Amino acid sequence: MNNIFKSLLPPLLGLLLFIGIWALVAQSSPQLPGPVKTWASAVQLFSDPFYRKGPNDQGIGWNILASLQRVGIGFGMAAAIGIPLGFMIGRFKFLDAMTAPIISLLRPVSPLAWLPIGLLVFKAANPAAIWVIFISSIWPMIINTAAGVNRIPQDYMNVAKVLNLSEWKIFTKILFPAVLPYMITGIRLSIGVAWLVIVAAEMLTGGVGIGFWVWDEWNNLNVEHIIIAIFVVGIVGLLLEQALVMLAKRFSYE
Amino acid sequence: MEKYVQVENVQMLFDTKKGPFVALRDIDLTIAQGEFVTLIGHSGCGKSTLLNLVAGLTLPSSGAMLCAGREIVGPGPERGVVFQNHSLLPWLTCFENVHLAVERVFGQTENRSALKKRTHEALALVGLTHAEHKHPHEISGGMKQRVGIARALSMQPKVLLMDEPFGALDALTRAHLQDELMKIAQATHSTVVMVTHDVDEAVLLSDRIVMLTNGPAATIGEILHVTLERPRNRLALANNPQYHEYRGAVLEFLYHKMKS
Repeated sequence: MNNIFKSLLPPLLGLLLFIGIWALVAQSSPQLPGPVKTWASAVQLFSDPFYRKGPNDQGIGWNILASLQRVGIGFGMAAAIGIPLGFMIGRFKFLDAMTAPIISLLRPVSPLAWLPIGLLVFKAANPAAIWVIFISSIWPMIINTAAGVNRIPQDYMNVAKVLNLSEWKIFTKILFPAVLPYMITGIRLSIGVAWLVIVAAEMLTGGVGIGFWVWDEWNNLNVEHIIIAIFVVGIVGLLLEQALVMLAKRFSYE
Repeated sequence: MEKYVQVENVQMLFDTKKGPFVALRDIDLTIAQGEFVTLIGHSGCGKSTLLNLVAGLTLPSSGAMLCAGREIVGPGPERGVVFQNHSLLPWLTCFENVHLAVERVFGQTENRSALKKRTHEALALVGLTHAEHKHPHEISGGMKQRVGIARALSMQPKVLLMDEPFGALDALTRAHLQDELMKIAQATHSTVVMVTHDVDEAVLLSDRIVMLTNGPAATIGEILHVTLERPRNRLALANNPQYHEYRGAVLEFLYHKMKS
């Protein structure tokens, strides 16, 4: 009991300090709502998270789910293409040399710079946003998976040689489990990027989504809702990351 | 002498940026079935290279290598290797690590329960039945090395190749495993080729000690026949003058006759 108290105390104090500073700042600038007002607004907002009043006016629950869905699809496609590609790049030096300049060139491009291309090609906001997620989150998955394949200790490959294992056995018993921790790191990095990008992309494209909702509330000058959106985005991002951390722990064998 | 492993006029060259590097030259060695041979020499003299050649993990630049009359063209389960780093797969349990080898060698001809039985027996041979369902990170270094030995033995190899298998262990564990290895080798009539740099280990375990000269271009300097009676007891040998003679001979070679 004492231990739980000890470990909860510092973060709780940090949170209280943060809220305190927020309240102080809110007092001195009249346009910024304080924590109390924001909390009241949040309670009201979350009391009916799944209402539907029209195609662009839906409950916050629907907004969050819509964003998560886009992230899921874009991220899923990035994983489905990025991870196998990473494996092959790691395994075959020629492919590595071939793709290295392209990856180096495209990786530092800001996700939002990809948006106009997406809108041009897909002519609709939803697929364009998914495209931006895809192209932004694919790089960590390719690079980390390839790095994992490169870092497989030669010892394991020697075992495979001495046992004369078939290619399939090498893949399932050695290659895949050895690369898994690196893959999961890549996935963790990707999910962070993806969630970051979706909010910005939705601000620019509109529709249903948490990013769009932020922009809409700004247009309505509902500052409390913008602040709430910040918390929501942060909390959902945190939960996604934590889920992957737990997954990573499950598969680490140190 | 019955020829089980034959190394004939073997030379090993490596291409490096500075030109060809001759690791081994003029290696002629014959090993009989059931023999326990150690390769000893200073660091960098090519003893691991020679072991890798017998294992088939590398192919010689010139010369012939034969095992049981057939040319060695690559690695395989009939030349089982125990690595210096145990090389156990960390995501498999000890049982599964050994089972991987058993399945590879006997999977086509035997059913599942027979394979399981082999795996249990191999682990029992090294005294690790109680650790079967543990993962490598849950057991000690000595135990990991024993699993490595169990894995190699479970394949019933023609030759057991060991690359400084006890190098990473403390003296007590090493002594214990050396005794166990002698017992197992005798019980299974295995042919063993072991790389070591420990003189006492070489004299205690071997039937013959192959002493390599210093690298580069190392070759076989001397071969010592150790005719101490088996089973060998290290405590008794401490008072055996012949043991000390052998020991002296090896040390003399290593420290005085290094150059070819």
